Amino acid sequence: MAEITTMHYLVVAAALFIIGTIGVLTRRNVVIILMSIELILNAVNLNLVAFSRLWGMHGQVFAIFVITDAAAEAAVGLGIIIAFFRNKETVNVDEVDLLKW
Amino acid sequence: MNPVATPFFFYFLAIMAIVSAIAVITRRNPVHAALSLIVTLLSLAGFYLMLYAPFVAAVQIVLYAGGIMVLFLFVIMLVNLEQNIREYQFNKQWIVATIASLALGGLLLFVYRTGRGAFPSAFYQSYRGLEADNTQQIGIWLYGNYMLPFEIASLLLLVAIVGAVVMAKKRI
Repeated sequence: MAEITTMHYLVVAAALFIIGTIGVLTRRNVVIILMSIELILNAVNLNLVAFSRLWGMHGQVFAIFVITDAAAEAAVGLGIIIAFFRNKETVNVDEVDLLKW
Repeated sequence: MNPVATPFFFYFLAIMAIVSAIAVITRRNPVHAALSLIVTLLSLAGFYLMLYAPFVAAVQIVLYAGGIMVLFLFVIMLVNLEQNIREYQFNKQWIVATIASLALGGLLLFVYRTGRGAFPSAFYQSYRGLEADNTQQIGIWLYGNYMLPFEIASLLLLVAIVGAVVMAKKRI
């Protein structure tokens, strides 16, 4: 088998990104939508680290910042899920329609 | 120095990551989805090790697989999902959404194919700051050039903690 290049990592990251987008757009369960967002962030992280192999440490530092943001986003998102579940007794996103008309 | 990116490990980790990522978005039970997501995160940590980023790999395992996923599992236990498992799992526009996402994937592949020359095919060999002092290098970058973003990230985490408590609390 041929040598593994940056392009291989980019293709894997693109596949993970697409899977995450499909998950965000099609699932009804809001917990799994948050997990798909984590998938998307991880795909971006893989890109950043793969490029840091070529162009120095910046990519790895950015990956750490992205992980920090993912932690903050998960905490707030899960708090919103708990508040939502307390009000409506469901976790389906298409039943969140208070702001719709 | 030759990279340890042996093709066998690369394809093994890639298949593991993608199959468990597909399991994340197709499983009916959210606990199974969370466990598949942990497998994806661990194989990504393997990728980071293959790319000479041991600190990011360690952070990935400790923070993602150890911290964030425990948070997810706790919330899955807190919200009662038993009737949700029996319901229909995909929303009404799933065909359009899948087609749009696959079109996005085709666009990405097209861009990568046409712009292939922009990425060097071999890794930059004389790149310093490899596995030996990787953590030290990251520390120097974080507290040197990236000082302000680092402080902003700490402020963001503080705000997120306060926000999560406010959201999850019954009565303020």
